[in-house]
Amino acid sequence: MIPLSAYVALSAVLFATGLLGVLIRRNFIIVLMAVEIMLNAANINLVAFSYHLDSIAGQIVALFIIAIAAGEAAIGLAIIIVVFRGKISTNVDEMNLLKW
Amino acid sequence: MALVFFSYFALVSIVAGVLTVSMKHPVHCALALLALLLHVSGLFIMLNAEFLWAVQVIVYVGAILVLYLFVLMLLNLKTDERYFHAKTPYLLAPAVIGTVYLLVLMVRSPLSGVKGDVPATAILQQGDTYAVGIKMFSEYLLPFEIIGVFLTGAIVGAIVLAKTPKTLEGKRET
Repeated sequence: MIPLSAYVALSAVLFATGLLGVLIRRNFIIVLMAVEIMLNAANINLVAFSYHLDSIAGQIVALFIIAIAAGEAAIGLAIIIVVFRGKISTNVDEMNLLKW
Repeated sequence: MALVFFSYFALVSIVAGVLTVSMKHPVHCALALLALLLHVSGLFIMLNAEFLWAVQVIVYVGAILVLYLFVLMLLNLKTDERYFHAKTPYLLAPAVIGTVYLLVLMVRSPLSGVKGDVPATAILQQGDTYAVGIKMFSEYLLPFEIIGVFLTGAIVGAIVLAKTPKTLEGKRET
C-alpha cells in the first residue's frame, strides 16, 4: 500500500518542474508542454485522493481537466501558428503584439 | 510489488518531466513528454482508475501530443543557441527551495478527510468505467454539458484563429 503522501510528493515535484519550465524556457511550444506537465501533476493528485478517500469525484474532475487540456492545446497551437506566420519566431520574449 | 511499480513510475515520470523542460530540441522535448504521460497513466492503473488510464492514453498521448508534434514538424523550428530564458539562474534557487519546502509540508501533513461513498472494493467489483459513468451522468451532468460547449467553442476558435485572413491576401496581390 503506497501512502497518500508519496503521491502528493510526486505531484508536487512534477508541478514544480512544470512551473520552472514555464518560467525559464523561451520556446512557446515548450512552455505549453510545461503547462501540460502541471496539469498532469494536478491529475495525479486528484486521482490519488479519490482512491484514498473512497470517492469517485476526483476521477471525474480529472476527466474534465483532460478535456480542458485538449481545448487549451488546440487554442494555444492555433495562436502559435498565427504568430509564426507573421513574425517567423516562437520566442516568448519577442511576442509583444498585444503590448501597449 | 506495488512499491516497485510505484517507484518505477514515479522516478521515470520525474526524469521525463525534467528532460521535457531541459532538452534542447523541441521534438525531443515532445518525446520526453510522451514518456511522462505514459508513466502517469501507469500510476492511474495503480490507483484503480482504468477508465482514466484509457482516456489518458487515447486523448493525451493519441491526440494532444500528436497535435504538438504535428505543429512542431509543420513549423520546422530552428533551435536557438540560448534556449533558456536569460534570467534562469535567478529562478532556479527559489524554485528548488520552494519545492523542498512544499515537499516537507506535504509529507508531514495528515492528509485525511471525509470518506466518500465509492470504496475500492465497489470499484473492483463493478469496474471503474461503470462507477465513473453512473456518477458522471447523474451528479455531474451539468459540468459534462458545459465541457461539451467549451470544446465546441475551442474548436471553432482554433479554426477561426488559424484561418488565413482574406483581406490580407487581397492586399498581397496588389
